Amino acid sequence: MTVMNMIEAINSAQDVMLERDGNVVVLGEDIGYFGGVFRATAGLQKKYGAGRVFDTPIAEGGIVGAAIGMAAYGLRPVAEIQFADYIYPAFDQIVSEASRMRYRTAGEWVMPITIRAPYGGGIFGGQTHSQSPEALFAHIAGMTTIIPSTPHDAKGLLIAAIECDDPVVFFEPKRIYNGPFDGFYERPVTPWARHQAAEVPEGHYTVPIGKAKVVREGGDLTVLAYGTMVHVALAAAEAEGVDAEIIDLRTIVPVDIEAIENSVKKTGRCLVLHEATRTSGFGAELCALVQERCFYHLEAPVRRVTGYDTPYPHSLEWAYFPGHVRVGLALRQAMED
Amino acid sequence: MSAKTERPNRPALSLHVPEPEARPGDEPDFSQISVPPAGSVPRPEIAAPAAETHPYVQGLIRVLDEDARAIGPWDPKLDLEALIRMLRDMAMVRVYDDRMYRAQRQGKTSFYMKSTGEEAVAVAAAHALDRDDMCFPTYRQQGLLVARDYPLVTMMCQVYSNRGDPLKGRQLPIMYSSKEYGFFSISGNLATQYPQAVGWAMGSAIKGDSRIAAGWIGDGATAEGDFHNALTFAAVYRAPVVLNIVNNQWAISTFSGIAGAELTTFAARAVGYGIPGLRVDGNDALAVYAATRWAADRARANLGPTLIELFTYRAEGHSTSDDPSVYRPREAAARWPLGDPVERLKAHLIGLGQWDEDRHGAMVDRLGQEVRAAQKEAEKMGTLGGGSLLDFPQDVASMFDDVYATTPWHLAEQRAQMIAELEAARK
Repeated sequence: MTVMNMIEAINSAQDVMLERDGNVVVLGEDIGYFGGVFRATAGLQKKYGAGRVFDTPIAEGGIVGAAIGMAAYGLRPVAEIQFADYIYPAFDQIVSEASRMRYRTAGEWVMPITIRAPYGGGIFGGQTHSQSPEALFAHIAGMTTIIPSTPHDAKGLLIAAIECDDPVVFFEPKRIYNGPFDGFYERPVTPWARHQAAEVPEGHYTVPIGKAKVVREGGDLTVLAYGTMVHVALAAAEAEGVDAEIIDLRTIVPVDIEAIENSVKKTGRCLVLHEATRTSGFGAELCALVQERCFYHLEAPVRRVTGYDTPYPHSLEWAYFPGHVRVGLALRQAMED
Repeated sequence: MSAKTERPNRPALSLHVPEPEARPGDEPDFSQISVPPAGSVPRPEIAAPAAETHPYVQGLIRVLDEDARAIGPWDPKLDLEALIRMLRDMAMVRVYDDRMYRAQRQGKTSFYMKSTGEEAVAVAAAHALDRDDMCFPTYRQQGLLVARDYPLVTMMCQVYSNRGDPLKGRQLPIMYSSKEYGFFSISGNLATQYPQAVGWAMGSAIKGDSRIAAGWIGDGATAEGDFHNALTFAAVYRAPVVLNIVNNQWAISTFSGIAGAELTTFAARAVGYGIPGLRVDGNDALAVYAATRWAADRARANLGPTLIELFTYRAEGHSTSDDPSVYRPREAAARWPLGDPVERLKAHLIGLGQWDEDRHGAMVDRLGQEVRAAQKEAEKMGTLGGGSLLDFPQDVASMFDDVYATTPWHLAEQRAQMIAELEAARK
């Protein structure tokens, strides 16, 4: 075990897989010699050579299109999209091609492609470096969407994603790359070093795709969250003194329905959190699943705290971000309902 | 306030929207198309710098002259057996297309696309490539499968989406796929296959393989971002790939001018990427063969990609869903100045004294019998929409297979629900 921050864990996952599997290649903008704008691939080109870890033109559609061709050849590409906000030029290749290739070829061609992208706000990135587009990917048949919240899970899930024979979008909450940001933006950043999930095995291990994790057991209400919002939920529950059961979904599709059902049936209350815009956000799916399956166990309406349906504002970031104030209020209201 | 009066001292701007030379009711007019004589474009050594090809991207590589003699530096000098085989494959594509088009009209399937007039583009390329080179085609290169001896019955089963369809009825007719035959799954989203072809070629280079890739795209789809993505990646990484643009003049009802053909050629796109560009008479099977071979040899020698424009004409509609006589003159195809690819290769063989109308007629008859026999076989496994609404050619539960390697809970649940609903409906 070594203490790693999330970037180091993500770097380590790629390192492990490049070492283990000669078919793994890593590509993306600025990821080669420089090691990535967030350093997630630092040192990998030097270690494995430019034939396996290389810079690409600024063309996300080309990155994913070429990755599909490489996967058709028999490689296992790991593509970095520098910010999730830049993924849209690749959308056609992801939606119409990678996600459906197994289906449309009746299993003859499979697409073991991992698309990594830093996502989410909290870094004063403005509207083009802060978005949370996970719902767009959750809506695609054939796609798996993963969002880790700790260094340990990030490494284990990324290895599982690279080993997966289907395409995976792997969103990395960039606000927690360096520490478990809990929404108290006015406080100094806590580094990962003091967090138990920063203890990361150096070698190969996986965290299963499609399995949630109960990060705090509780009896009063269930909080469904992923990414940065897991840490916000933990801090808000602590601050409000609510005995919340907090579930880190980790994978949003396929979502761990068993974990959700078990918890909501126990607590009778449910709060859904995400940074992304509200309308047709992944929270809407979670609310629908909870009411379909747990309706007769519910003691209060299922609530959502999300980003607002506006573009991500720069100067008003902390009014937009669903931080401890908004989550705390929702926790209190859910308990009063 | 009108935009005109705001700055009266400046000329008013106007928008140019390209229009084809002739529309229905007009005489077909191909006078703007220049047809340089066969043999007029030099053939650089394969190791020549890309720039050596650039003076000729406005020219046209042609081997067969007006009398169907093979002349000039691009003459591939194929032996008789290869020529006859190429003619046979092109004729087969035409017979097959006619048969399947008719099957669609008879209600046996939902959709069909012919490649009439463009048979050389795919067939001659398949002959020039190695059997294990990987093709990323569009929906109009069925000739690749025919030239690689893909079973006709299986092709038809795909068109019928029936029990013999290797794609389990999941794809629109003609969107074939075969790993074994080096034919990548066809997409209806245009141009996506172009960067994929480049990626496959990059993979081959990364692994130190010797196989190359070839991609095809239509003139219309060169306007897509993926065309630019592919050319950029191919040029940057010097990927071993042959990138073909099938300029058949029409994108459904839109003429090539709307894709940018008024001001330059598609082959000229190569100049900006610094890669070789060849502009080829796409109705001249020998020229297509020679250009493909040149580009393939170049790619195989690690010298990188080539862009080839195949100048041809879509002689029929885009698909069974459109009537070309409502957007272009009915007689246009017959007046295409570069003629018909099958007729031209046939005339070449006759000119060599090795073929005649009788032998050709007998060959086409044999191909017809072969296709009809295959059709009979394929139809034993069903046709699309043959039965009642709830009588499907595939096991309905298979709808949920192959979405993922293993079926997740939500798909399993939806499958169970669908089966229950269908059972209820059948009662």
